[in-house]
Amino acid sequence: MSDLAPKPLIPVPRGPVPEAPPPRKRAMVELTIDGQKVSVPEGSTILDAARQLGIDTPTLCFLETLAPVNVCRVCVVELEGSRVLVPACSRKAEPGMSIKTDSERVRLSRRMVLEFLASSVDVSTAPQFPGYAKRYGADPERFGSKAETVAQPPKIDNDLYVRDYSKCILCYKCVEACGVDAQNTFAIAVAGRGFDAHISTEFDTPLTNSACVYCGNCIGVCPTGALMFKSEYDMRQAGTWNESRQTKTDTICPYCGVGCVLTVHEQDGSIVKITSPLDQSVTHGNLCIKGRFGYRFVEVEKPRKK
Amino acid sequence: MLWGSNARETHPIFFHHLLQGVRKGAKLYVIDPRRTTSAQWADAWLGLDVGTDISLANAMGREIIAAGLAHKRFIEHATSGFEEYKKHVEKYTLERAERETGVPAEAIRQTAHAYAKAERAELCWTLGITEHHNAVDNVVALINLALLTGHIGRYASGVNPLRGQNNVQGGGDMGAIPDRFPGFQHVENDEIRAKFEAAYGRKIDPQKGLHLSGMFEAMEHGELTCLYVLGENPVDSEADRNRAKRLMGGLEFMVVQDLFYTETAALADVVLPAAAGWCETEGTVTSSERRVQRVRVAVPPPPGVRDDIEIVYDLARRMGHEWGPPKAECIWDEVRSLSPMHGGMSYKRLEEMGGIQWPCYDESHPGEIFLHGRLWADPLIGPRAPFSCVEQEPPADRLDKDYPIRLTTGRRLDSYNTNVQSGKFSSPLRREETLDISPEDGTKYNVREGEKVRVSSRRGSVIAPVRFDPGLRPGLAFLTGHFHDQVATNDLTIDAVDPKSGTSEFKATAIRIEKHSAN
Repeated sequence: MSDLAPKPLIPVPRGPVPEAPPPRKRAMVELTIDGQKVSVPEGSTILDAARQLGIDTPTLCFLETLAPVNVCRVCVVELEGSRVLVPACSRKAEPGMSIKTDSERVRLSRRMVLEFLASSVDVSTAPQFPGYAKRYGADPERFGSKAETVAQPPKIDNDLYVRDYSKCILCYKCVEACGVDAQNTFAIAVAGRGFDAHISTEFDTPLTNSACVYCGNCIGVCPTGALMFKSEYDMRQAGTWNESRQTKTDTICPYCGVGCVLTVHEQDGSIVKITSPLDQSVTHGNLCIKGRFGYRFVEVEKPRKK
Repeated sequence: MLWGSNARETHPIFFHHLLQGVRKGAKLYVIDPRRTTSAQWADAWLGLDVGTDISLANAMGREIIAAGLAHKRFIEHATSGFEEYKKHVEKYTLERAERETGVPAEAIRQTAHAYAKAERAELCWTLGITEHHNAVDNVVALINLALLTGHIGRYASGVNPLRGQNNVQGGGDMGAIPDRFPGFQHVENDEIRAKFEAAYGRKIDPQKGLHLSGMFEAMEHGELTCLYVLGENPVDSEADRNRAKRLMGGLEFMVVQDLFYTETAALADVVLPAAAGWCETEGTVTSSERRVQRVRVAVPPPPGVRDDIEIVYDLARRMGHEWGPPKAECIWDEVRSLSPMHGGMSYKRLEEMGGIQWPCYDESHPGEIFLHGRLWADPLIGPRAPFSCVEQEPPADRLDKDYPIRLTTGRRLDSYNTNVQSGKFSSPLRREETLDISPEDGTKYNVREGEKVRVSSRRGSVIAPVRFDPGLRPGLAFLTGHFHDQVATNDLTIDAVDPKSGTSEFKATAIRIEKHSAN
């Protein structure tokens, strides 16, 4: 600034405190879940209503930041008057609904879903799975060793991501995060039909030839570890990945001015991966390649040369 | 409206929010010489010639007035200088603008109408507007449009310079500009200075200091002989790099405090190794939306490396000043006590609220989600917002038959500035520096993709491989500033400086390309 610049206002005049327009008023919908009455705003799902009552509903393909796609069916509930079970994550609450979330029929269905998934897919790095399996008594072994699986070698074609589709339950979250729900890059989609359905780049080209921009937002939403940071994958392979020795600290990305919150995962004094909180208004859990992977500069040359 | 911004690559998470709007039916207009990845999402791309922004903005202003789309009530209520502005832009007809900018008159007309008629409109810009020798004129030309249409001071309507670095906003807010104390309080205002003098118990120089470009001038004249550089790499980042290197090399004494042994550090007499502010120290940064947010220690710094604050406090101690514990929160509380707009931002509140947008005057104040709401208050609070009359002026580095190609510069998605930080991770997207030109120019100059050419400006010359980019029009070329080891872009750029902001014209260099004999 120089003499040519307009003289600043001192003190800056204070105006009214600005406000966002109030959210649209929504009518309340009353329904019954497991015999308890609950009232939720119009547009809420059965899952929202159940959570309001503190009823823990299992979910795999659902995420707050993504549009529901209804593919895993682990959240199904019994709706009075409905021939089939309905997915709680996407079915909107309607006045007078009567719902059971823990009936024999629901429990059986959830158990079968978990067994089918775990018999065909490697769920060893899916953090939610053991809890769900125990809760519903799922026994994937009962289909025997001949059960068909999606076992295949992991795809390692770059230094940032590993894609291990032997761990993929086809929840579509990565496709959604790469597509209209966040990144709008469309590097991946579902290819094939039936048991051969799988997540793929166009023409199954390596990631390095695809439209991928390495934001890592697909990894951020993957519920099974099929998509994994290479740093985490390598440490797991070497047997050094140890979450009990890790800390998580929220800070701000060192790159552009958007102010994305980074959750730094630290183990033994080093950064081992970066995520972002889903409930953060700037990022909604999403980052770009620099935020997600650009931290390496504090790790190389430790101790940094003078 | 994105004007001189490629946010898709330079502010990717902001662009997520923008795309959410586009998905819900918002119109996107991108004004940029290059058809960028941002422009690919636009309802209309206005591919103007580099440095013709004022012509375009003035013509849009004229069209808005002529079509009766100006917001008369707002103009009368809250602005000044409208009649002069109206007279001033009269000569900027659509036809003239088409001739000067290269954008079809009809596209200018449609964009002006869409902007003026929109219920809510944001006008965002980045360095395409500000890295010019008439940067401030460019900015006020855009502000005129907001004043003309009342797209300011309302929810989701405003002007918004997208900040390129995580704390460039905070740096300015904290007084890291030559004429301000923290909170934009003017150094040359006696009352303000008296407040700071009372707090610090000493006299403060009533003269404002120098900005970066002014410092280089002072070095040239031998008036500045000693420099303390914190976290900057001007040897690589300054326009006309050879001059910058010569001047810094000629200093009597230079201290560089940095994470890395940069090109600038290599010239220093003393290098002080510093911790990474975002993950090895406590403190705050301020984002592009004026949101002050906490940074925290997530990992320990390497041995022998210290927090900037500790280093500065130790230096003060050697100079005979005891400043107390070198703690970020203590310094922040000092800021709060002296800068009214930060007054209500205790660390406790910053934690609880996940950051607060300034101004936040006291601990009951929620922060402000947009500025300038006062302009709509009835009666008006504070002074009127002035229209400014600015003229189109071509870039300082003129095109002629010896230098017929316009070179502009920018960032790539996976890289950042001189690549000191972003160069350290293995990005699958990274490719070597190329001189991007249009395929038509490839034919015209008889060069192949991948062929190395000599690129020369009036200041220097570099060798770079050619890449064809169909997003560039004939006569336009592009380089980044990321790969100075390979192609020293700033050997070419001009240090024509905007006298008001001190910014160099990185965006407009006149070059020629020639076959390189080593091929």
